[in-house]
Amino acid sequence: MASAIFRSLQVHPFLLYPTTLLRRRNGVYHLTTKATQSQTDTQPRQPQTKVSTSSTQSKKLDKIPKNYEAIIGIETHVQLSTLTKAFCGCPYHYGSPPNSSICPICMGLPGALPVLNSKVIEFAVKLGLALNCNLAFNSKFDRKQYFYPDLPKGYQISQFDVPIASAGFVDVDIPVEFGGGHKRFGITRVHMEEDAGKLLHAENGNYSQVDLNRAGVPLLEIVSEPDMRNGIEAAEYAAEIQRLVRYLGVSNGNMQEGSLRCDVNVSIRPIGQSKFGTKVEIKNLNSFSSVSRAIDFEIARQVQLHSQGQEDQIVQETRLWEEGSQRTITMRKKEGLADYRYFPEPDLPAVILAQEYVDDIIKSLPELPEIKRRRYEQMGLSMQDVLFLANDKNIAEFFDATLAKGADPKLVANWIMSDIAAFMKNEKLTINEIRLTPEELSELIASIKGGTISGKIGKEVLFELLAKGGTVKELIEKKDLVQIVDPVEIEKMVEKVIAENPKQVEQYRGGKTKLQGFFAGQVMKLSKGKANPGLLNRILLEKLSSNS
Amino acid sequence: MFRSFIDSHFFFLTEKMILSTLQTPRSLSRLSLTRHSHSYTSRASLTDQTPTLTTSPPPHSEILSTRQTLLSRRASAADLALSRLARLRLVEPRLRAFLHLPDDDALHAQARRLDARIAAGDDPGPLAGVLVGVKDNICTKDMPSTGGSRVLAGYRPPFDATAVKRVRELGGIVVGKTNMDEFGMGSTTEASAFQVTANPWDESRVPGGSSGGSAAAVSSRQCVVSLGSDTGGSVRQPASFCGVVGLKPTYGRVSRFGLMAYASSLDTVGCFGSSVADTGILLHAIAGHDRFDATSSKQDVPDFQSQFASVSSLESKPLKGLRVGLISETIDKGVDAGVISAIRAAALHFEELGCSVNEVSLPSFSLGLPAYYILAVSESSSNLSRYDGIRYGNQVYADELDSLYGGSRAEGFGSEVKMRILMGTYALSAGYYDAYYKRAQQVRTIIRNSFKEALSQNDILISPAAPSAAYKIGEKKNDPLAMYAGDIMTVNVNLAGLPALVLPCGFVEDGPAGLPVGLQMIGAAFNEGELLRVGHIFEQTLENFRFVPPIVADDDIAF
Ligand SMILES: [Zn+2]
Repeated sequence: MASAIFRSLQVHPFLLYPTTLLRRRNGVYHLTTKATQSQTDTQPRQPQTKVSTSSTQSKKLDKIPKNYEAIIGIETHVQLSTLTKAFCGCPYHYGSPPNSSICPICMGLPGALPVLNSKVIEFAVKLGLALNCNLAFNSKFDRKQYFYPDLPKGYQISQFDVPIASAGFVDVDIPVEFGGGHKRFGITRVHMEEDAGKLLHAENGNYSQVDLNRAGVPLLEIVSEPDMRNGIEAAEYAAEIQRLVRYLGVSNGNMQEGSLRCDVNVSIRPIGQSKFGTKVEIKNLNSFSSVSRAIDFEIARQVQLHSQGQEDQIVQETRLWEEGSQRTITMRKKEGLADYRYFPEPDLPAVILAQEYVDDIIKSLPELPEIKRRRYEQMGLSMQDVLFLANDKNIAEFFDATLAKGADPKLVANWIMSDIAAFMKNEKLTINEIRLTPEELSELIASIKGGTISGKIGKEVLFELLAKGGTVKELIEKKDLVQIVDPVEIEKMVEKVIAENPKQVEQYRGGKTKLQGFFAGQVMKLSKGKANPGLLNRILLEKLSSNS
Repeated sequence: MFRSFIDSHFFFLTEKMILSTLQTPRSLSRLSLTRHSHSYTSRASLTDQTPTLTTSPPPHSEILSTRQTLLSRRASAADLALSRLARLRLVEPRLRAFLHLPDDDALHAQARRLDARIAAGDDPGPLAGVLVGVKDNICTKDMPSTGGSRVLAGYRPPFDATAVKRVRELGGIVVGKTNMDEFGMGSTTEASAFQVTANPWDESRVPGGSSGGSAAAVSSRQCVVSLGSDTGGSVRQPASFCGVVGLKPTYGRVSRFGLMAYASSLDTVGCFGSSVADTGILLHAIAGHDRFDATSSKQDVPDFQSQFASVSSLESKPLKGLRVGLISETIDKGVDAGVISAIRAAALHFEELGCSVNEVSLPSFSLGLPAYYILAVSESSSNLSRYDGIRYGNQVYADELDSLYGGSRAEGFGSEVKMRILMGTYALSAGYYDAYYKRAQQVRTIIRNSFKEALSQNDILISPAAPSAAYKIGEKKNDPLAMYAGDIMTVNVNLAGLPALVLPCGFVEDGPAGLPVGLQMIGAAFNEGELLRVGHIFEQTLENFRFVPPIVADDDIAF
């Protein structure tokens, strides 16, 4: 249990091959296999899915030799969850029929012009602030030019030399089982751009079709400094970006749908060497776990070449992560630098930010993951609890709302991380979908603490609340869960029943002792079923036996 | 090989575009008819003041007389449309001004709908029954729009350009698509992929370009007014060559939505008319902010109508106090003597009208041409990337993607376009950007500032619209640099984003009936109203000239 922590790692269901997937370099990775439909998915932890660290293949590739270090930078594309695309009025819904959400503007028809959706700027400013960046109060759009069938205008509207945000950083807590610790990774820049469409290749390879639904959907590209040193750090960085965009509500951050895409750059060098090695780009990383594994594979590949004197075989190229074979393969070699012939987009005015506008956005920012984690830490929660609770914005909100009702943080954390998480996992529900409210969880904890109900009954109540809702009070009453344990109160009821049934008392005392059941029933009825049966029988026997 | 699913969605898109771009029609009552009773009879007071008596009447507003005809029920819109279409078709084989003409039935039906509205007592709109020619790079949803390029042969847009939509909303009838140099790249219409248009004054000469079809069509009275586009002079130079009024509005005054982009930071939709008033009325119809063009201005559009004072109401010196600056660099070496003397005569005319005329020097003037060409070709190399054969237009069958691109573009584009794409690609390439594009932008700033300075000393600036009158078809076809040099008078105005009005001011002796010379008047940004006011007075008081080309029989224009 100690080493199994919840990670927001997601993998594509098709790619679930236990032998290749669940192998880690130096610890246990917790993988959820849920294909998430909503942006509020959670990754509840379940001890039984704990996986051993036994490596099945290419173990030799898993370790970075001591005398090398890896330099890793990440480019992340975040698809913004605006109602409409960046430059036209088309909505975007993942999975819509091809070309069902397009118009002359996003199709790049002759004469069509882009008009910027102002939400894109708002979201960019939010993320820029959350990444501790400097904002460019006067930025602009540029055209990045290249030909590809999924790019309708022959250029992508992007930002080149003046990104809207730059020079920031992000703080990350490395999970305990990976060595723990607090790391800060630099953010080089954040810029706004539009997405391209998609090519659908025919199975026989004879033709390709173009789906432009995604063309023109707004993206933020986040470029990190080359501050990561291994796959875990890179995956943690990416996971923190996902948390941030979800906390901010600017994207659903879903990797399988491509709402969050990571391209990583990896190079290695012997420790002590100041010159960087040749940088290799890796694409097709559909989960945080593939980010981590692809990087570790690539590092090992490069180190192996370098240590065998084949340094020149490490070339500047784009490699593809193959989930099936768990390795990177050459996608395309880079022949010289691509010349995108950037120039300022003449169809769009400059992007000018007013201080007031930025101030308003600052005021509207939610508590961000890093600040939340520090706050939870101060409550005395373990780092494991802290990471679990802060990982998911909705769970954190649930946790905070429960605390607001006066519940003890550690008790709340325990309930959320054990039974509630297990329930969500089994029922495939998110915390927003369960019927239990923070108020009732707080009430439940208080009921147990106050002795109204036992811990065991508390669990029953919890599952009832999770599944059917309702209030703790109602349930306790309905289910006769509060016992009358006061002997005086029970004695009063026994006396009343005896007094009201003199004939039966006579018979009982005359030897018809099986009438005890009758008396017990009457008392229980009188107590509405709440009298403690043991106590009731003891007092009843006493009273019946004594000659009054 | 690459084909999208898109085709079947065109109808849906069309519907959507219509719905999403619906606008409330502007107030129709703005156009007061009584105020515009100027023309033939009203010139007495002015002729009293001037020594020379005129034999030819000044141009009147065909738009206003059409409106009067319709509202007074002297003729129906259907009758007018048919008679004008007949004239259009009569001269079209000689001029080849149109790339597309709809069938008469379609236009007739539109005219009948106008008649029905008039019969019902509704105002049919200020452009009711007016036949409007539209340059082929301006999208029309019911007609092909090719931009004069083979790469878009047969292409039908699913939407109307904003300017076209506004024309239609105000009752105008789009009569056809006019010929042009491919994507606006040229000054003669010889770079059209389809045909060369003849100049109505001399059919062996070019009409100018790139909006040569629109200019020739108005000059020959094939239509009343027309829309063109002006990136470096493409409205003004053909207006000069064809002897009509051409207006290039301030950048941002008219929406570019639906105008096929050539050089986005320079492109404007402009107007042609046979009088200043008609040109101004058309501008008023199409000007104003458009939420589909982020570069369109929110500046109010004033009522230009009030600028078209009747000549009878003019004082003896109607432009008294107006400071006119004659740009000295434009009447210098390289400019035809006949053009210079026509412009000097125009300057004298301004003085007669009460203006003070001074020569002003714009030392940066000669920098404009190279800066313009760098910027224009750079932007065009980008704007024309979308013509890749994937989604629409000409597609060549190929086994792999690069051949599809290469083949479609090699076959689709003409040589002038290819040359400009190559130059623009070069200018934007890594390592050259600073030396070309960035430098040109710096020059642009200098030019903008020097115009600002000159316009603080002067109310308007004047110059020729072109260094020569219309030249022969083929004369400069193989000498692109000579042709580019012909844009010297106009490109600076695009770089500065200013409005300019060109109107015929005289003739040079050439061709069968002389060739018209255009005067360019440049104003401050968004001050089209002043240009129209001054231009109208200039036009109405200009003696001894009649800018009706020989192709138009005299009795043809009297209606
Ligand atoms: Zn769209």
